[in-house]
Amino acid sequence: MIPLSWYLLFAAALFGIGLYGALARRNAVAILMGIELMLNAVNLNLLAFWRYLAPAQMNGQVFAAVLLAVAAAETAVGLSLVISIYRLRKTVLPEEMDLMRG
Amino acid sequence: MTLEQILFLVFALIGLGLALASVTMRNLVRSAFALIGCLFAVAALFAMLDASLFVVAQVAVYVGAIATLIVLVVMLTRLEQQERIPQTHRYWPAAALLAAVIVAGVAWGLWQYGFFDQTPPALPAADPIVELGRALVDPEKFLIPFEAVSVLLLSALIGAVLVAGGANKKERTE
Amino acid sequence: MGDLFTTVSNWLNGILAEAGIPPEAAEWIFAVGRAFLLGVSGLLLVVFLIWFERKVVARMQDRIGPNRVGPYGLFQTLADMLKLVLKEDMVPPQADKILFHLAPVLAVIGVVGLWAVIPLAATAYGVDLNVGVLYLAATGTLGTLGILMAGWSSRNKFALLGAFRTVAQLVSYSVPAMLAMLVPVMLSGTMSLAGIVAAQDGFWFGVAAPLAALVFLIASLAEVARAPFELLEAESEIVAGFHVEYSGIRFGMFFAAEFLHAFTIGALLAVLFLGGWRGPGAAEFPTLGALYFAAKSFAGYFLLVWVRATLPRIRIDQMLDFCWKVLTPAMIVLIGALVLVNRALAGTSMWVRNGALLGVNVLVAAGVISLLSRSQSQSHAGAHGRAPGKGAQPCALAGMGDEAEAAS
Repeated sequence: MIPLSWYLLFAAALFGIGLYGALARRNAVAILMGIELMLNAVNLNLLAFWRYLAPAQMNGQVFAAVLLAVAAAETAVGLSLVISIYRLRKTVLPEEMDLMRG
Repeated sequence: MTLEQILFLVFALIGLGLALASVTMRNLVRSAFALIGCLFAVAALFAMLDASLFVVAQVAVYVGAIATLIVLVVMLTRLEQQERIPQTHRYWPAAALLAAVIVAGVAWGLWQYGFFDQTPPALPAADPIVELGRALVDPEKFLIPFEAVSVLLLSALIGAVLVAGGANKKERTE
Repeated sequence: MGDLFTTVSNWLNGILAEAGIPPEAAEWIFAVGRAFLLGVSGLLLVVFLIWFERKVVARMQDRIGPNRVGPYGLFQTLADMLKLVLKEDMVPPQADKILFHLAPVLAVIGVVGLWAVIPLAATAYGVDLNVGVLYLAATGTLGTLGILMAGWSSRNKFALLGAFRTVAQLVSYSVPAMLAMLVPVMLSGTMSLAGIVAAQDGFWFGVAAPLAALVFLIASLAEVARAPFELLEAESEIVAGFHVEYSGIRFGMFFAAEFLHAFTIGALLAVLFLGGWRGPGAAEFPTLGALYFAAKSFAGYFLLVWVRATLPRIRIDQMLDFCWKVLTPAMIVLIGALVLVNRALAGTSMWVRNGALLGVNVLVAAGVISLLSRSQSQSHAGAHGRAPGKGAQPCALAGMGDEAEAAS
């Protein structure tokens, strides 16, 4: 059988890669992709804990389902913000979105 | 090593490789296709966790989401912009260091707590999907979170249409 | 002879056991064999489907259709296939090589994968998934991905336009398609396709909820991107759409995937709404059930061919409006009403309950039609509507905003 720690390690690595993508990328859409990776890593963790620690209870699955919905909502709102900013500023690079900097 | 472990390693390696590709590639459309491959690999791991609902939900939800992402990338970023200017900003080593520290910290923590030989208990006889459905509509369990999520989705939908479509209407009337 | 499938599988099991293969390995061999058999027979079926469609369309247009190669032109498709295989296989030099080669494979997987869960008879199916209906939705989206991949990797503006239309159309129409598939799931209380067929004992869901069946047919028609929804390859507007750069066998794969997908829609219509393999005597003789299933699938496929031969292509703004302003609201209202009626009449007899469900369907359909005809007369009374060129850009953006709902 696969030890639980394998899943946790994989999820941690995926989270790290996603974090790097969200922090280091210059393009707003690429940042959204990094966030998507992080959310998926968390989802994998939740499902792994559900399967290994409490398969009789539904808490883990419910958490994962909620997270899936939250990820979808996040993508939708994020993309609409990107479109809206592009209309106003003609850019998708967050560093050029410096209207508040004076 | 059992067949299951080999399968896990194969999917995990594919997933990690595609995830790395998706955050490092210059061409954002390729990087989005790599991301969706990575999400499919994660879906395969969900299948190994007996969470069949999440396997299909993952595929169904993310294909549409990433497809839209690709369209946006193509429409909003010019190709020469992707090829000429750097795709990461100048603080990227700090971001890489932070990510590496987090991964190393989790690995160290796992080592400390000795999670390394946990095996899963047997699944209960009841169908997990039926159980999940019951739990989601049971007022004693998760009815409130379920309704909260539906409100969240509705507000996200309306918000997205307002934010992205509002300016559009103004442009049209001008 | 009553149950051909069990007989054959028992016979094969006997052979494997005699050869000294352990039961687990035999199970694996069986699984692989089933997958192989389903895939190959699906793709072989395409040869016949293309001939069938060409013949039917020709008759409807007062032509004869293929009639030179073989009896009744039956081998015409084989000759065409030979030509496609022998053609030069061209890859545009600017193309993204990996994605360009992956795209047609994904398109075929997205269709053949659907057959894994479709119950052909009481005892014959690839696998009985407990999330079968969701699996159908998930596998169907792989085709979308293949088309988007093909359009982008070709480095051709017409191909890219076709791919963008795909995203707008296929992602939008998966919402009413999912809502329509929810009706059989709700009435049967299971997502397994075998369970849905089993629940249609005595009363087909297509009879109890004809509006849902119709919406499913329309939305699926849009998802296969056949006439009148073939906007992604509209040859008069964008040359050939997403597959303009594909030639030879790679084009053949898209072509085969499209035809098999159309037939698969017929099969899904049969399973979800027309009782699948059910029919007189089918429960006792599963072989008979497979025949019923094939007949129903072909009836559904014939409907699709008929529509194709009859209707002209619609405009892209009409396509999106129809999805978001007609089909989706109508399905949401219908599902809400069906839930209430089904729940309120849970204890009554089958006839009362299904009759009430049918009544709800008729009411919702009448409401939709009256609303549509009213808005029709209003738009005729007003100005001529939007100027023709102006519809394109807001529509493309509308398709993207809509994605939020599709993703959720």
